[in-house]
Amino acid sequence: MSTNSSRLFATLALAVAASRTAAADDLARVRGAGVLRFGADAEGGAPFVYEDPREPGRLKGFEVEIAELLAARLGVRAEMKQHNWAELVPGLVRGDFDVALNGLEITDYREREIDFSRAYYACPLRLMARRSDPSVAGFDDCRARGRVVGTLRESYAQRFLEAEGIDFRTYDDQVTPYLDLEAGRLDAVLMEESIALYYGAPRPALRAAGPIFGELRYGIGFRKGETALKGEIDAALDAAARDGSLRAIYERWGLFNPLVARLLGDPSPDTDAPAPSRDEFLEIASGDGGGGGGGRLLSYAALLLGGTAVTIALTACGMALAMALGLGLALLRLYGPAAAGKAAVAYIEVVRGTPLLIQLLLLYYGLAQLGLKLPAFAAGALGLGLNYAASEAENYRSGLQSVPRGQTEAALSLGLTPLQSLRHVVVPQAVRVVIPSLTNDLIAMFKDSSIVSVIAIVELTKAYQMLAPVSGNYFGIGLVAAAIYFSIGALVAFGSRALERRLGAGWRAARGATPA
Amino acid sequence: MIRVRGLSKRFGGVAVLSGVDLDVGEGEIVCVTGPSGSGKTTLLRCLGGLETIDSGTVTVGGVTIAAGAKDGAALAKLRAKTGIVFQQFHLFPHLTAIGNVTLAPRFVRKESPAEARAAGERLLALVGLKGLEERYPSELSGGQQQRVAIARSLAMEPRVLLYDEPTSSLDPDRKTDVLEVMRRLRDRRITQVVVTHDLEFARSAADRVETVPGTG
Repeated sequence: MSTNSSRLFATLALAVAASRTAAADDLARVRGAGVLRFGADAEGGAPFVYEDPREPGRLKGFEVEIAELLAARLGVRAEMKQHNWAELVPGLVRGDFDVALNGLEITDYREREIDFSRAYYACPLRLMARRSDPSVAGFDDCRARGRVVGTLRESYAQRFLEAEGIDFRTYDDQVTPYLDLEAGRLDAVLMEESIALYYGAPRPALRAAGPIFGELRYGIGFRKGETALKGEIDAALDAAARDGSLRAIYERWGLFNPLVARLLGDPSPDTDAPAPSRDEFLEIASGDGGGGGGGRLLSYAALLLGGTAVTIALTACGMALAMALGLGLALLRLYGPAAAGKAAVAYIEVVRGTPLLIQLLLLYYGLAQLGLKLPAFAAGALGLGLNYAASEAENYRSGLQSVPRGQTEAALSLGLTPLQSLRHVVVPQAVRVVIPSLTNDLIAMFKDSSIVSVIAIVELTKAYQMLAPVSGNYFGIGLVAAAIYFSIGALVAFGSRALERRLGAGWRAARGATPA
Repeated sequence: MIRVRGLSKRFGGVAVLSGVDLDVGEGEIVCVTGPSGSGKTTLLRCLGGLETIDSGTVTVGGVTIAAGAKDGAALAKLRAKTGIVFQQFHLFPHLTAIGNVTLAPRFVRKESPAEARAAGERLLALVGLKGLEERYPSELSGGQQQRVAIARSLAMEPRVLLYDEPTSSLDPDRKTDVLEVMRRLRDRRITQVVVTHDLEFARSAADRVETVPGTG
């Protein structure tokens, strides 16, 4: 596992080196295409990038507006490429989009792999606590024994808490920490102010605890060596800072603060401007979203259906590949020449012994470095198929071995060739034994397919994760998503039992009744 | 029809058969008896082309297998001359009685389904199973299963039919059924070798009883 990840990082490092030598025609490429593709994750939600649930397909957020502003100054249009946030850097290196623009903090370790624009936003940290709990007045109160602070995984706030030696619990989304704080599972939540303003502050049971502190800065990520594009975008950012258009965006979203004023060289850190875009979002999120209005849920369900279609297509392609490859592996292992059998065993053991996540990352980002850039869907279906082939091979093997040796001997003595015996006598009996475990794996893959969101595929779970923070209704949307998974899984199970009955028509009791 | 000379067979270091001779004429019924572990079943499997041999020769219907012959063309030819009725029958449980009987004619001799079915129905009638064509093995009694197994072997028109302990899974009063089938086949000049430790059955069925001495 650890050797796998270090190999992955080695390939990524190679990629960085390779892209450095690429010709500096990056700006010409963007202008020629007429589009600036920016990588971002709609799961991050407001105020960054989110899909408006009332207008499916329509993206909103202050970073969408910044991207549009920059693209306009380059004379092109902006296009968001959905990509898992945690993999934005490898996605950028792989060439899935031109720039990464999605709350990427400028850090030393990222600068080893990519270049950053000048900072476009500066943000402090905000601590929030319960109104009913006066014991947390400020950050220093979190040092008391037994206090636990919630925060986002791998964030600036987490590193801050680590450095201060405070007990913390990390989360993958920005809504549940505040829910846990309300429920008394946490004593405080420390987040970037941009997030606290949208997900903590609107909750009446919560309050700010002490003043803002700290500072982190967001930058736009470029592939190393794409200096022409970076230069042009830096110039556009400078101009937007000078002429007030960046400030106008931040004010609309209620995000202007003294740190930003300093960053933009703006002399007046006034923060009382109206924030219509934020108000609009909060209205959506708090309105009937929290209460779970039926009409709203229905429109979310429609959005989830797109993800469902992708999930079904992925599982269908993945399972077809797994079944075909698995059968080949099992036959090689049982009947093939010794060397081929050993190779099949090696494949099965290696694939079973490594996490699917690493395999997908290698297929998508790793292979890209060797020149093979698989489309996301193909890489996802291939990853699932190659992975499940190992367990299908073992299913087939136990199925084939469950057919008594006497069956083959009877077939051979009738003059069938070994291949004919397999085809007409052994396999038909093995299939029926294998169907239940095959069904299990089909349903498991259906659910496992959610993992492919790491390679920029929006399937059902990702669609849920993108909708939930926008709606503020984790429970209702979660129920809808779970219901979709469940009903399709139940349908598969039902079909499989019907198939078993059909195949088993006359010989259901065979095993008990025939001396075999 | 069958000529065995100096047949030896070892499994690992254990000699199961050593220097066995056997002659069977066309249309003859020969019962082979002997104590448990004397290699009766192994002898049958050598005759049926399911085992290679370590020394000596086995000749069936003009096809000779010598020591060291690998599983391949020669053994396949031997299998084409012989049919085996296994002790446990080894019927194909996923196929009906007629499906069991027609499988080999359809896929080995490439007969049309209709052709194979007509022949299969005649064979099932010959062994007294008319009307049971669509039953699965699990829906048949032990004696009926045995006769399906016989019909299945006959479908490939073997010159020699080999039985491994045919009475071991039959009720005593059903033994006459298989005896009756064996006599009908003798009328068709099919050579039959029966391995059994049932001496009473051997005496009533066989033209000749041979004994394989235990090896030691």
